[in-house]
Amino acid sequence: MAKKSNPFEYAPALESRSIVDISPSYGLFVDGEFVDGHGHSFKTISPATEEVLAEVAEADAADVDRAVKAARRAHSRVWGRMPGRERAKYLFRIARILQERGRELAVLESIDNGKPIKETRDVDVPIAAAHFFYYAGWADKLEYSGYGSQSLGVAAQVIPWNFPLLMLAWKIAPALACGNTIVLKPAETTPLTALLFAEICQQAELPPGVVNIITGAGETGRALVSHPDVDKVAFTGSTEVGRAIAQAVAGSQKRVTLELGGKAANIVFEDAALDQAVEGIVNGIFFNQGHVCCAGSRLLVQESVADDVLARLKRRMATLRLGDPLDKNTDIGAINSAEQLAKIRELSDIGEQEGAGRWSPPCELPDHGFWFPPTIFTGVTQAHRIAREEIFGPVLSVLTFRTPAEAVAKANNSPYGLSAGIWTEKGSLILKMASSLRAGVVWANTFNKFDPTSPFGGYKESGYGREGGRHGLEGYLK
Amino acid sequence: MTRIDVRKTNKLFIGGEFPRSESGHSYVVNDSRGRFVANVALASRKDARDAVAAARKAFPGWSGRTAYNRGQVLYRVAEVMQDRRPQFVEAVRQGEGGTTAAATKVVDAAIDRLVWYAGWADKLTQVVGNANPVAGPFFNLSTPEPTGVVAVVAPTASSLLGLVSVVAPVVVSGNTAVVAASPERPLAAVTFAEVLATSDVPGGVVNVLTGAFDRTVPTLSSHMDVNAIDLAGLAGDPDQAHACEVAAADNLKRVRRAPVQEPDWTADPGTGPMTAFLETKTVWHPIGV
Repeated sequence: MAKKSNPFEYAPALESRSIVDISPSYGLFVDGEFVDGHGHSFKTISPATEEVLAEVAEADAADVDRAVKAARRAHSRVWGRMPGRERAKYLFRIARILQERGRELAVLESIDNGKPIKETRDVDVPIAAAHFFYYAGWADKLEYSGYGSQSLGVAAQVIPWNFPLLMLAWKIAPALACGNTIVLKPAETTPLTALLFAEICQQAELPPGVVNIITGAGETGRALVSHPDVDKVAFTGSTEVGRAIAQAVAGSQKRVTLELGGKAANIVFEDAALDQAVEGIVNGIFFNQGHVCCAGSRLLVQESVADDVLARLKRRMATLRLGDPLDKNTDIGAINSAEQLAKIRELSDIGEQEGAGRWSPPCELPDHGFWFPPTIFTGVTQAHRIAREEIFGPVLSVLTFRTPAEAVAKANNSPYGLSAGIWTEKGSLILKMASSLRAGVVWANTFNKFDPTSPFGGYKESGYGREGGRHGLEGYLK
Repeated sequence: MTRIDVRKTNKLFIGGEFPRSESGHSYVVNDSRGRFVANVALASRKDARDAVAAARKAFPGWSGRTAYNRGQVLYRVAEVMQDRRPQFVEAVRQGEGGTTAAATKVVDAAIDRLVWYAGWADKLTQVVGNANPVAGPFFNLSTPEPTGVVAVVAPTASSLLGLVSVVAPVVVSGNTAVVAASPERPLAAVTFAEVLATSDVPGGVVNVLTGAFDRTVPTLSSHMDVNAIDLAGLAGDPDQAHACEVAAADNLKRVRRAPVQEPDWTADPGTGPMTAFLETKTVWHPIGV
């Protein structure tokens, strides 16, 4: 046995898997029941071990049609005409079940996605439950929202793999509160918590067809968003797919909201509380392995403190623990898929080729699974691809600036506009920066905070529409 | 001997100036009974791009003004229109036909609509923004901001009231506009541009292109530096509207879709025409010491 270099090294603190029952195979959830899909089934694996977790059905065009028909029926017969105060009770029930089964959901999410258990336990599951709780209360108060109180009809919702349960809650809770029915497609690499959510809908005795969950990949998603009997399309994912969806719904009466990519600037001024800023930088880019559309992936540091900030950042990064997602001490889990790992590697290699300085703390990667160490690139310029393209991994590009005007110009020099961060102790500078940055969410002296009462969404090519808060109702009402 | 009229050749309105079309082309506009009224500039793709550049240049200044000031500028436009009422009545009557009394009603409605929107400038933030009671020690505020440069395909039948009803909501909140005016009935838009030029509206905030839609609208809907597009003028032309929506997807422009048919512009617009071109910005700050 290798001798441990640090006698105070933490012993593993593993969360038990036994709380979760993973079936060997799953069907589609349509009209209140699990049914077989007509497409080929596919496998979902644990990114941390590459172990096959389950076989999942793939929905083909006929399955999509069946799900949309079920949702339409449920909307016209039951859900669309149910008084808001009754709809609210179902949403409150779901919120409570999510809390009661929180441990189970957290473990399953961690296994299927590769993210650390401490994040699923403390972030994904509680915030998902909070969304149902928040929107439950809106269901019988829609006339106070300012957006009308009439539902649109059937909502087609397609969500990504980075926050499978949380994105499901962001999509489903407001849609149901407004009286819409749903066909939701989770990402092909992370379908398991959505399928557990289907069981929760059964447990809450939600009327059949109100929520339908169909699994599959790009083809299934395309069939769903282009289905002629869908009234609303809600998508979170890449800008590339968002663009294709905008084209697909062109000329139709379908409403659409898109939450797309980002390349957020996290701006640190010389008078910032530097240790807090470093925590914010780490949280901004290494939270959820950097698989966050609003991740602070471009660090802009004022030149006068750049060396100091970098030294503190490297020291902090050396304490990050990478490894088993089910270990409660783990800070950085597995990359979600082999495909995503390849993309992160490719862009990082390009960063090196283009002359940026690459650094990672000493870090042992497990033998199996998909892993990428927390990485920073220094000496990055605006022209570098790693400063322009979304990497969607634990990779930070560090740039410098001298004046607030230069910081604004660099931060806004991106087709994206989802989020930004500002670190300074000077209030007037915060307000000036916040109003100058073209981004939908601005975190000042904090980063990556989410709350169901707070609207979230992008400017420019980061998409349109808002999720969360009162504004999040707008996309589901007419 | 009868006096010979001085015939006017109308020009474009770009960046606060009145250039001729870069193409050198113009076209003849007749009144609703087929008699010559004026020559009007036929805008080219290059003119459309120049107008976008002017609108982009004007955006930081216009969006940075106080809402109080933008409201006053819009109100000033209404004042100057009131002054020029006879000229607008003539432009509406020539373009849309009908009696002088009917045209007068349209002009009055257009002036009133501007006054209505002028009053929105400093209230919109209060009505569509809010503080968010997040679960934690944070100060958290959502406020609306203009989305940027908005291309406006103006209604074709209602050349003045329709025009004002789509332009005012775009600029009152701080966006800048590139307007493709009604090709068949451009005179109200031309006169409106002359009013804008003399009523405190900074150059580039509203730019007016006259001429055929097929020369300018495809350029505007695919332009990567246009943030949003209002397709009001493509009512009843679903194919063209579809093509514009597809092109708009390239940089994910916000699209206000073409109605099936041109709506009744005298109806209460509500806040929808303004909120279609707003972004919601949410700012977080910790509360503590």
